[in-house]
Amino acid sequence: MKIRRSNRSQFKDWQITDEHTFNNRRLLLKSLGIGSSALLAGQAQASLFDWLKDEPTAKKQRKLQTLKYSKSRESELILTPEEKVTTYNNFYEFGTAKQDPAEYAHTLTVNPWQVEITGLVENPLKLNYEDLFNTFDLEERIYRLRCVEAWSMVIPWVGFSLNKLLEKAQPKSTAQYVAFETLNRPSEMRGQSSRFIGGNISYPYIEGLRLDEAMHPLTLMAVGLYGKALPNQNGAPIRLVVPWKYGFKSIKSVVKIHLTATQPQTTWNLAAANEYGFYANVNPKVDHPRWSQAQERVITSGGIFNQQHQPTQMFNGYAQEVAHLYKDMDLTKYF
Amino acid sequence: MIVKCAIHLILLGWAVSVFWLASQDALGADPVKAIIHFYGIGALNLLVLTLVISPAARKFKLSVLMRQRRLIGLYCFAYACMHIICYWWLELNFSPASFVDELVKRPYIWLGMLGFVILLTLAATSPHKAKLRLGRRWQTVHNFIYLASILVWLHFFLSRKADILEPGLYALTILLLLSFRYRKLQRWYKNRPK
Repeated sequence: MKIRRSNRSQFKDWQITDEHTFNNRRLLLKSLGIGSSALLAGQAQASLFDWLKDEPTAKKQRKLQTLKYSKSRESELILTPEEKVTTYNNFYEFGTAKQDPAEYAHTLTVNPWQVEITGLVENPLKLNYEDLFNTFDLEERIYRLRCVEAWSMVIPWVGFSLNKLLEKAQPKSTAQYVAFETLNRPSEMRGQSSRFIGGNISYPYIEGLRLDEAMHPLTLMAVGLYGKALPNQNGAPIRLVVPWKYGFKSIKSVVKIHLTATQPQTTWNLAAANEYGFYANVNPKVDHPRWSQAQERVITSGGIFNQQHQPTQMFNGYAQEVAHLYKDMDLTKYF
Repeated sequence: MIVKCAIHLILLGWAVSVFWLASQDALGADPVKAIIHFYGIGALNLLVLTLVISPAARKFKLSVLMRQRRLIGLYCFAYACMHIICYWWLELNFSPASFVDELVKRPYIWLGMLGFVILLTLAATSPHKAKLRLGRRWQTVHNFIYLASILVWLHFFLSRKADILEPGLYALTILLLLSFRYRKLQRWYKNRPK
């Protein structure tokens, strides 16, 4: 994989805000008379109808436990700052705007939690909240998450390979696919209780993988990021991360893992089959109908004068590890 | 005069301060998307505002409102320019080939561009001299704002992934404002040059 070395010298002087100015930017803005929190919360796309939205409630983010895990080997990818990873999310269960999950996901109860592994397995399992952190050794994986919307983030996940969990459940020989399901709890997930908030997609959110994809060592069940348990808006307490597929495959807040003989349905494919396929492998040569997938913007720090555009790589840079899974497939047809 | 100054202060100040915030990475996690959407939605809002002005001025007998319409229309055009420039710059790295490519391939982009061409035409024919020269045809040209409002709405609606609430509310607002012009459009259609 082509890797960009983190090197401050690649920034020009004028691209770096000195720390004092940066730390005082809110004060600075206030002194300019731009004290409105709407601007600062990244809601600059003020629409005429913003007054319909609820007043921002005080964030009641629960305290995130520090995890014990083995560190990833040194990665040369530049990490996306934690603040951006946790405030820019697609989690329509809490609203369609990128800042909605950070604003509203605190309403979700993640403990107690239960994940069921069912279907074509010899040994159906249930994992409770504590089991998610204690059953397997946790390890850190630094992956680039490539969103289908042509941006990406580099995130230090903490979790375990899904294959460890599946081996424990022992898939039957007839099992060929793995279906995943997100929690369905409209009382705590505002998007599920109103189609106007939840973007008019069907709930619960469902996703799926072929069994060989699910068993691949890169496929991760994440329970944390940046060394701590997952914040709710990032899919607490447990989510899938499949680094060579578009982000929407990496289903959040999972409660069901069901092994099947037939290809499961997936939420975005049901919503728009011409735009989102079952496979959703990152592929610079297959455009989304509404935009090109050849390039991506890596979200790091720095304003609009410091953008990181880069060509998107086949399988998000993991071609060596995963290309063999698709060797006789027409990836234009099975996008 | 005071009203005009206030309009400049608000609309220019807003545009500049959001640009400055974006340059300082103080506009949420993805300043690129934020600034492109800010100018885009800003232009749409200003377009809606220009459509509100004449019915409102008539209803409340406020001729002072009518005198602000051209300025607000020009700001709508300016915001639309910034929307396109930021898109071309920050999403496409000023590549002319990608720009043409996207323009041809994506319906929502050429629909939006069609709307922009109308705004450009209206901005170009907004000075008094142009108005005098065009005479009666000036009104015909400027009636294209109604078509532009529909094109811009389509552009906005089609660019959304799944949202229905916001585009729906804009659609209702625009339809309501167009319905005020029903008689005028009917008359205009009947008297069209054959």
